Amino acid sequence: MTLALRGRRLSSRRRGELLPYLLLIPAGIVILGLTAYPLIQLLIMSFQEFGRAQIFGAPPTWIWLENYAKVLTDPTFWVVLGRSIAFALVNVITTMSLGILIALLMSRLNRGFKLLVSAGLLLAWAMPPITATVVWGWLFDTDSGVINYVLTTVFGLDFVNHSWLIQPLSFFFVATVIITWQSVPFVAFTTFAGLTQVPTEVLEAAQLDGSTGFQRFRFITFPYIRPVLLVLLLLQIIWDMRVFPQIKALQTIGGISADTSTIGVYIYNVSIAGGNLGAGGAIAVILVIVMMALSAYYIRSTLRQDES
Amino acid sequence: MRNHTALPTRVLLNALAVIVFVFSAFPVYWMLNSALLPTTAIQDSTPHFWPDQFTLRNFVSVVTEPSGSIEFLPALTTSLIVTMSTVVFALFFAFFAALALTRFRFRSRRTLVVLLLVAQMIPAEAMIVSIFRVLDGWQLLNTMIGLTLVYLATVLPFTIWTLRGFVGGIPIELEEAAMVDGCSRMGAFFRVTLPLLGPGLTATGVFAFIQAWNEFTFALVIMNKPDTRTLPVWLNAFVQATKATDWAAIMAGSTLMAVPVIIFFLLVQGRMASGIAAGAVKG
Repeated sequence: MTLALRGRRLSSRRRGELLPYLLLIPAGIVILGLTAYPLIQLLIMSFQEFGRAQIFGAPPTWIWLENYAKVLTDPTFWVVLGRSIAFALVNVITTMSLGILIALLMSRLNRGFKLLVSAGLLLAWAMPPITATVVWGWLFDTDSGVINYVLTTVFGLDFVNHSWLIQPLSFFFVATVIITWQSVPFVAFTTFAGLTQVPTEVLEAAQLDGSTGFQRFRFITFPYIRPVLLVLLLLQIIWDMRVFPQIKALQTIGGISADTSTIGVYIYNVSIAGGNLGAGGAIAVILVIVMMALSAYYIRSTLRQDES
Repeated sequence: MRNHTALPTRVLLNALAVIVFVFSAFPVYWMLNSALLPTTAIQDSTPHFWPDQFTLRNFVSVVTEPSGSIEFLPALTTSLIVTMSTVVFALFFAFFAALALTRFRFRSRRTLVVLLLVAQMIPAEAMIVSIFRVLDGWQLLNTMIGLTLVYLATVLPFTIWTLRGFVGGIPIELEEAAMVDGCSRMGAFFRVTLPLLGPGLTATGVFAFIQAWNEFTFALVIMNKPDTRTLPVWLNAFVQATKATDWAAIMAGSTLMAVPVIIFFLLVQGRMASGIAAGAVKG
């Protein structure tokens, strides 16, 4: 499916034609009411004292930047933010590397094995995030998990009753495995599609000239797929900063939540669990600003692609 | 180029392919395997690598024996109703909006298109703070209507964006011909454009289904009472209650939740994967 628009438009010969506006009303009401309006409310609440009393009906008071001051001077916020960024970076690097490598592998495979890899990737991609988290949590289970068993019997290391979630770093290792497992298929398939666009005559000529595979990748393939990779990179960063279901569900399975929360979970804990919508709102606004800044390039490049 | 690969390289590549397949598919296999084994077998010191003590007991117990207040069937019902409502309304509203944005030229059209993209990038994890408050104010917390509205707002931007492309691919001459024959404009849209949108509606419908079915963050915040849970929230609560005693049941519950989505996903993404090969990017 392409995003190019063919066909002319029925231009509104009568000035003030109503039909397009009427057609936009249903979707417009929903999006305005449940995206735009809450976004404005979020901004407003971040400037207010909004705790449990206000949830139960007390009028909120305007404290302007006090929420932001409290949040930005709270060391926990910076720890969580740093943790989220570091976690996102590790995941992005792992996912992109594996995804590109698997795409390259797929481009060299015969049909049967390519189908095999595609089938596996599709299964991993299809699993709901929360289910994937639960299943991997079971694989890494302390007492009966198969990973501890394999490590002990096949590799001779002592992983009997080893808890993978109690240590924050180990917790995030498991989380990285889960998120990488889920995200690699999209990167692999998209990169593979990009690889098929690379003209084979150029590659064959280079091979005849005696270049190594790595040289061909670096000087011919990579420049062709760089736009695709850039978009993928951006999307991965955005998505990996936002991880909520996986972290939350993994915390349900084990680990100490205070040491393992990323920014999404932190917002939830402060606002929904903790009842402080004002402070939670301030953190949320900061997250929105960061996310929109990251998204700006993606939005621009998609618009450009759309117009061509 | 494949024909020039030497045999040792080919063997290595094929071995890598098998490794990738195993690593990708094993968790799904293990979920099914553990669900079909009795709890006693699951807790054995040596794992059973295939269901040699095959049983459907876990599925039966998950569905019929609610542990505490963690009932599966109400969660399934809620998920089904919310998901189907989201799909149906999303398709209708998005169809109308896509028509407006493709077939007409009017001021602010371009701004709306940009806003559609921007809306897709707003993080839900931030919105939970005010969505909670807004729905509370409208008495829509813990209601299926409230959750459906939120899901609609979530999927509509991408659905409209995608249907735009499909509507644009339908020649306007067909609608004009119908109007020459006496159809009104809306009539032409319904009688000519809509039937031709089958593939587009299917693809976006399945996408909306998967999004709504899997969604966890908003559901956790909005449907926070035990009897209004959706399946993802149910699974989380079920794990919390059962992880010490019965992972086989948890795996059965996971299977029940995942299977509909996996089937839909494979049906559509198989085609998307070839669509991706043709040049689109969204997944």
